[in-house]
Amino acid sequence: MRKIIANFEVPYLQILNENGKFDEKDLPKISEENLKKMYEFMILTRVFDDKAWKLQRQGRLGTYAQMKGQEACQIGSAFALEKNDLIFPAFRENGIFMIKGVLPEMLFRYWAGDERGMQIPSKINIFPISITVGSHLPHAVGAAMAFKYLEQKNVSVVYFGDGATSEGDFHEAMNFAGVYKSPCIFICENNQWAISVPVKEQTASQTIAQKAIAYGFPGIQVDGNDLFSVYKATSEAVARARKGEGPTLIECFTYRIGDHTTSDDSKRYRSENEVREWEKKDPIIRFENYLLQKKIINPALIGKIKSESEAQIERAVSLAESAKPQSPTEMFNYLYQDLTSNLKEQMEQSKRENKVITKNVGASERAVENAGVVGELEEA
Amino acid sequence: MSNMNMVEALNDALRLEMKRDKNIVLIGEDVGEEGGVFRVTDGLAKEFGNERVMDSPLAESGIVGTSIGMAVVGLKPICEIQFEGFIFPAIDQLVSHASRIRNRSRGRFSVPMVVRCPIGGGIKALEHHSDSPESYFVHTPGLKVVMPSGPYDAKGLLTSAIRDPDTVIFFEPKKIYRAIKEEVPSESYAIPLGKAHVIKEGKDVTLIAYGAWVKTAKEVVEQMKNVDIELIDLRTLSPLDTETIIDSVQKTGKCVIVQESPRTLGLASEIIARINEKAFYSLEAPIERVTGFDTIVPLRLHEEYYLPSVEKISNAIEKVMKNAKGLS
Ligand SMILES: Cc1ncc(C[n+]2csc(CCOP(=O)(O)OP(=O)(O)O)c2C)c(N)n1
Ligand SMILES: [Mg+2]
Repeated sequence: MRKIIANFEVPYLQILNENGKFDEKDLPKISEENLKKMYEFMILTRVFDDKAWKLQRQGRLGTYAQMKGQEACQIGSAFALEKNDLIFPAFRENGIFMIKGVLPEMLFRYWAGDERGMQIPSKINIFPISITVGSHLPHAVGAAMAFKYLEQKNVSVVYFGDGATSEGDFHEAMNFAGVYKSPCIFICENNQWAISVPVKEQTASQTIAQKAIAYGFPGIQVDGNDLFSVYKATSEAVARARKGEGPTLIECFTYRIGDHTTSDDSKRYRSENEVREWEKKDPIIRFENYLLQKKIINPALIGKIKSESEAQIERAVSLAESAKPQSPTEMFNYLYQDLTSNLKEQMEQSKRENKVITKNVGASERAVENAGVVGELEEA
Repeated sequence: MSNMNMVEALNDALRLEMKRDKNIVLIGEDVGEEGGVFRVTDGLAKEFGNERVMDSPLAESGIVGTSIGMAVVGLKPICEIQFEGFIFPAIDQLVSHASRIRNRSRGRFSVPMVVRCPIGGGIKALEHHSDSPESYFVHTPGLKVVMPSGPYDAKGLLTSAIRDPDTVIFFEPKKIYRAIKEEVPSESYAIPLGKAHVIKEGKDVTLIAYGAWVKTAKEVVEQMKNVDIELIDLRTLSPLDTETIIDSVQKTGKCVIVQESPRTLGLASEIIARINEKAFYSLEAPIERVTGFDTIVPLRLHEEYYLPSVEKISNAIEKVMKNAKGLS
């Protein structure tokens, strides 16, 4: 006997298409005030991103991972969450950090190489950046398992790229989430590239969304450059999770407009044509046109929002750069709750050495430049 | 002969070996068209084709695990792990399998492969891009661990690693990927694994370094004209060349060891233990070690405070010299 014992479908959602067309009845209910807020965050994120890029070029930040083009994925999804929901970001989620209330000056400090930039205020429920690709997915599932155990109605939300879906941790996390029916939302920002590897070479699956099927819960692909689709899919996933119906995987189909990081040169592996095609689908412009059409904003207001964002980001840069440097011995303070005697001894040694080092820091900066390594570091 | 940096020398070794043996394949993240994020495999996909130079999915356990499979049936995989901080998803494959298959099968199967991986700090990078985890691998029976200190050594040692019958973890100190240029022969040559290199003979104190810190140690030798330093580059971290170390310490009676990794259970710990076992009575002063702290490597702005330096090494040498006088 041979018969079909299971059938699966992979849904796709697009509400506001690349030509600005939409069906009124598909639109999620969002107040005008919130629509404006979402737009403001998209602009703020874009201004931050552009500024960070420039600062890196001037040597004022270290390696930076741009998110240009992915604003709808981040703003659209984060807006569908409640304050107590816990977010586990990867390393390209600056927009999410800002929506959650992390100030841009904190982010600038982090990217400049100051650990305090990731000392998130206790009221803000977002985990620090996670650089080892895919490794943070199980944490999100664990947090969701805890929410369930503690009978809290929160959900956890984890962000990751298309590349991350190849890591074992992705599969283990998805499986756990399915088995324990955890209130966890998996948001894959499929930006088509993992450094130089296109998604076609990353997986033989037709979609990333369908990977959820194997683990027994729904997956959906959405137009990741359409804020409404992302918002709606996330809201539905959150509602499901809060009702105890378990996890959802949302694949946001989008594009990384910038290089992988400031150390990468994407011209080596992808055509500029491809980038230009995607630039036409810019999520901010698409949303902006909608808001203009609905008369929720007008050109004067757009100008005002942009200049206010620029002013805020400039202020953030000067706040970040004028902050008192942390003490070099801070590296000893967060290994354990209490300093061990071994670390205490090493800290004292470090204090004696630091007098010499402070004198020489300029020289070693130059040495690194001479090594030419920095320019070659093609990495997050 | 041509003047090369370490990236070019490694690339040269790979190219020559791939020409010699068509069963050599490369696999790793972005090693194909991109040529690796540090460009070590630049041009190889073009020259040898995508079947021999494979861009892998983003999965380190997959890269190393499949390489083990390829190796046991007769290929010679050379895999690349993009940064030392990303080798850990593959640690199960390395510790539970690559290192043990020869033993488990009583010699029927073996895993002749090379795992190339950039290592260490000094490039002011993000978290997980500045670590020195070599001890985990040195501590694993059945793995060989190599770390070159410059272009000439890099080419010769990688060639040996490729020809070796066992699994070799080949750590490439990224701080010196482009910082040192040396004359490198254009033909193939092999520098034996398991042998340290006495870079400069001296009678006062043995200075042991490896990887990026050999360059710094050389600067110390240059600067400290009043001390006759014997400088040893370990080249291979496992198996460790005990003999060269012991011979030297028996002569000088003093020793300073430089290691970037956290202090506890770093290479220096093992070297000190071996000296204690084999040359204790030759010692004129306690051995000093210049190491990273038992902390996470700070990010860009404070990395400097963590790393060894000319000053830290010189101070250690002065201390050993002073202590030796005190004892005699
Ligand atoms: C475990 C691990 N392996 C390799 C890397 C190096 N690396 C950083 S980002 C990246 C590509 C990530 O691609 P994707 O998951 O699609 O995210 P994107 O960068 O596109 O946002 C790689 C290979 C890493 N950070 N972690
Ligand atoms: Mg991607």
